[in-house]
Amino acid sequence: MDWLFGPFLEFGFMRRALVGCLALAVAAPLLGVFLMLRRTSLTAEVLAHGVTPGIAAGFLIAGLSVPAMSLGGLVAGLLVAVGAGALSRATGGREDAALTALYLIALALGVTLVSLRGDTSDLTHLLFGQVLGVDDPALLLMAGVATLTLPLLALAWRPLALECFDPGFAQAEGVRGGLWHALFLVLVVLNVLAAFQAMGTLMAVGLMMLPAVASRHWARELSGLAYAAVGLAVLSAIFGLLASYHLDLPSGPAIVLTAGVLWAISVIAGPVDGLWARWARRPHLAG
Amino acid sequence: MSGAQTARRGPAVEIANLTATHQRHPAVHHVSASFAPGALAAIVGPNGAGKTTLLRSIAGLHRVDEGRVTLSGQKPRVALLPQQSGMDRAFPILCLDVVLQGLWSRLGAFRGASAADRDRAQHALEAVGLGGFGRRPVSAMSAGQFQRLLFARLLVQDADLILLDEPFNAVDARTAADLLAVLRRWHGEGRTVLAVLHDLDLVEREFPDCLLLARETIACGPTAEVLTARNRLRARMMAEAWDESAPACAA
Repeated sequence: MDWLFGPFLEFGFMRRALVGCLALAVAAPLLGVFLMLRRTSLTAEVLAHGVTPGIAAGFLIAGLSVPAMSLGGLVAGLLVAVGAGALSRATGGREDAALTALYLIALALGVTLVSLRGDTSDLTHLLFGQVLGVDDPALLLMAGVATLTLPLLALAWRPLALECFDPGFAQAEGVRGGLWHALFLVLVVLNVLAAFQAMGTLMAVGLMMLPAVASRHWARELSGLAYAAVGLAVLSAIFGLLASYHLDLPSGPAIVLTAGVLWAISVIAGPVDGLWARWARRPHLAG
Repeated sequence: MSGAQTARRGPAVEIANLTATHQRHPAVHHVSASFAPGALAAIVGPNGAGKTTLLRSIAGLHRVDEGRVTLSGQKPRVALLPQQSGMDRAFPILCLDVVLQGLWSRLGAFRGASAADRDRAQHALEAVGLGGFGRRPVSAMSAGQFQRLLFARLLVQDADLILLDEPFNAVDARTAADLLAVLRRWHGEGRTVLAVLHDLDLVEREFPDCLLLARETIACGPTAEVLTARNRLRARMMAEAWDESAPACAA
């Protein structure tokens, strides 16, 4: 049992990382479920790249200051999200193409900005995260974002689901789909941003999307998907941090790899559309 | 459902010189028509005659370029059953919850559904022959069952004006008969019902009023007077293709 509890009992930084990651694990996968249902699973990935230059700019100006880096990331993320939508509407192009162009530029810009400082360990931490980086401001950011996300998402839940299931009906009933969607994108950016110190910007999306994608194999209905996604994310956070500690891995990839293992288990053994259920070919029912 | 709606009167629908366009080409061109309160009317016409656009204009979902649609009465509630294309039928949602969406105008984004609301939704499911389907995910429904489900949602919406876009597409004869019974019930309750249809025999049999549309109004009124051989021929003559070099309309 020592391997399970020891690291958290012994080290303050592990406790802080655990609390922060659990906060994210409760909020982010719910956004992931909606991203998946809207068939925009890649949007989170794009936004995660999009926040990089903002964080890097904050880092260049103010050093390792959470408020400065968060603010920069927020501005950059929103620019990418809103910019892609506006650009595709203005030019008649496809939104995914505009997003791709913007995030490639944003990532390259971010890496360039960080390398201006010359020290590549900063870059590694920015991209892949580091548990030691979870200081008090970072912890407050993670917990604050989760605290903001849950009630706002509860308010947006029904309009988002309705808009996703039947956009025509939503429009006819006067649901302000665009408004709710904008709020939703802001929450996605905030969650990606909150994760960057513990997990790194590139890995932040893992905790959002992998449990959401895996949840499909555990439930057939939206609320069930939500519970399953959060459960899987919480497990990923705990065991990912343990793996990071015991095997001396960077925390972001460790958490995401754990989520990946849980996803693979879901695909194989999940009761809904799992591979095992398909292979097993149990006899059909009488009616 | 509640049953005590005998005093209801659906709104009259007055369409005056309505033009609605797709990229400036008129889909509905200077159309005038009127439907009495509580009318049960069919909208018929060839493909591309502007039937769907007209319906969406009445529902306020398509921009009107010219003319207007007037509904009589105090803020009548309007419900539209669109053709199914825009829906995500793989969405993880249970049938009963789809029916409960019909209460959106009353519950909005935040209010919870009461036990009475759930009862009402369950009764609506039973009324369209889906009594045992409440806990079934919609992804498990066939096309015909799904159409019944949308009718159940319409029942719960309790609208004064009901607009149906090809409601009997892809349903078998028995389902069509069941859904038709729902239409008659709405008519009996005094609601105004407008339905886009292709089956002219059905229209002649079941719909007292009819609008024959071919981008412009061919005829509007009692069905027997509208669906004459001469009018049908005129509707068929409509040129379906756009004239790319069409000048601005002078009328």
